[in-house]
Amino acid sequence: MTQDAFVDFQNVWLAYNDELLAQNHFAVEDINLQVKQGEFIAIVGPSGCGKSTFMKLTTGLKMPSKGRILVDGQPVTGPLKISGMAFQASSLLPWRTTLDNVLLPLEIVEPYRSNFKQKKAEYVERARKLLNTVGLAGYEDKFPWQLSGGMQQRASICRALIHEPKMLLLDEPFGALDAFTREELWCILRDLWTEQKFNVILVTHDLRESVFLADTVYVMSKSPGRFVVKREIDLPRPRDLEITYTPEFTNIVHELRGHIGAMRKTGAAINQ
Amino acid sequence: MNNKTLERWAPWALLVLSILIWEGLCRAFNVSEFVFPSPSRIAQQTIEFKEVIAGHAWRTFWVTMVGFGIAIVVGVLLGFVIGSSRLAYAAVYPLMTAFNALPKAAFVPILVVWFGIGIGPAILTAFLISFFPIMVNIATGLATLEPELEDVLRVLGAKRWDVLVKVGLPRSMPYFYGSLKVAITLAFVGTTVSEMTAANEGIGYLLISAGSAMQMGLAFAGLLVVGAMAMVMYELFSAIENHTTGWAHRGSQGH
Repeated sequence: MTQDAFVDFQNVWLAYNDELLAQNHFAVEDINLQVKQGEFIAIVGPSGCGKSTFMKLTTGLKMPSKGRILVDGQPVTGPLKISGMAFQASSLLPWRTTLDNVLLPLEIVEPYRSNFKQKKAEYVERARKLLNTVGLAGYEDKFPWQLSGGMQQRASICRALIHEPKMLLLDEPFGALDAFTREELWCILRDLWTEQKFNVILVTHDLRESVFLADTVYVMSKSPGRFVVKREIDLPRPRDLEITYTPEFTNIVHELRGHIGAMRKTGAAINQ
Repeated sequence: MNNKTLERWAPWALLVLSILIWEGLCRAFNVSEFVFPSPSRIAQQTIEFKEVIAGHAWRTFWVTMVGFGIAIVVGVLLGFVIGSSRLAYAAVYPLMTAFNALPKAAFVPILVVWFGIGIGPAILTAFLISFFPIMVNIATGLATLEPELEDVLRVLGAKRWDVLVKVGLPRSMPYFYGSLKVAITLAFVGTTVSEMTAANEGIGYLLISAGSAMQMGLAFAGLLVVGAMAMVMYELFSAIENHTTGWAHRGSQGH
């Protein structure tokens, strides 16, 4: 397979349990995917198509029933500490301040865990810097419930990035935000990624979001959960929000929309 | 007077009003003090027997506290086990529910056989009646963890223990303090009930002996004291709850 792939899925199938496996009922089927180092990919598709399952496979929270997954050249055998995750719900801990929430991963993941007490000052500094870059300076000592939804989501992304993961997995992170806040956070994510060049796997059902942010967009179909379209986004970088109003951008969004629309139609035909 | 001070004084006002009505009715209908003593008569007897009452009250208080202390330890441990393991939950919970349905007063004769008359049955009754809500609340707090948060932590290599200590326990603290408020009042019930048949000391014993001696004022004084003690402890735990887990009550703080 490709030598330079950072994430490498080779004929991956997953059934959630043995019973479903026996019935040949898979959540995701025959996934082949190679992601380059530092590539930003987005996965779009109808809800329930196995996008979140894909994320669990990538992070090693679930093992494939068939096929294999390599990340950074190593087969995935368990939870991958080089990844950070953020979800639609920020799931910050309400009894911790924003700063302490962001520090949480360092209390858990090695090698930070063993020297957390000695190096706390350094880590606090790092967390403050990170919070500053996402525009949360001055909110470090506030509790999550004192922040707006958009701010909570920024803090959640900081928590996912504090241990400098090589791979960031986002599961509809902006889904619950209003349109303006969402676009603001796209830019923040874009800037973080441009600066640090970690791998991003973004699961979303917002096509504009996927086209604006990603290098490559994959479209998934629902039952079976398969990757049906791979679309490289060749829009020049750095991309500004302005680009979302250009015809090139709109064309790509339309094209993706077409794929999903077609899938929905055939899906409906099967149901009848 | 604004609404807040009004709210604070409302229970006291209601209490005073009830006492006044009670007193008024007793006087108006000339109710015999052997049937239903008036508040003034109860107060009079409380003062008259204050040393006796204080002695019995102290006994009931510390016995309840010992039983309650055991209930906290056992309730937290059991709750921890049940809340952190699905299997333990499935195995223990139905039995515990069945056990909780038994009237704890019915245990007193058995406990007397085992431990004799005295503090043994009282402590154990207080414990038996009050550990259940603590256990259930700890277990609930631990078991209702967001799956996303668990994923975030597990992918970092968090062990079960990490998740329990960093997330599960702090999360269940509001439930825990909430349960303490309920449990402490139950513990007083347990002690008093047990002392009524299985002790020579304590408020329960005082109630029975005052009743059989037709000292109704004294019996009511005993009730009053045990009620006051339970109320004070309730308020104490309520205050601790508000100070330690304010994040769980943010709705009341204008957020």
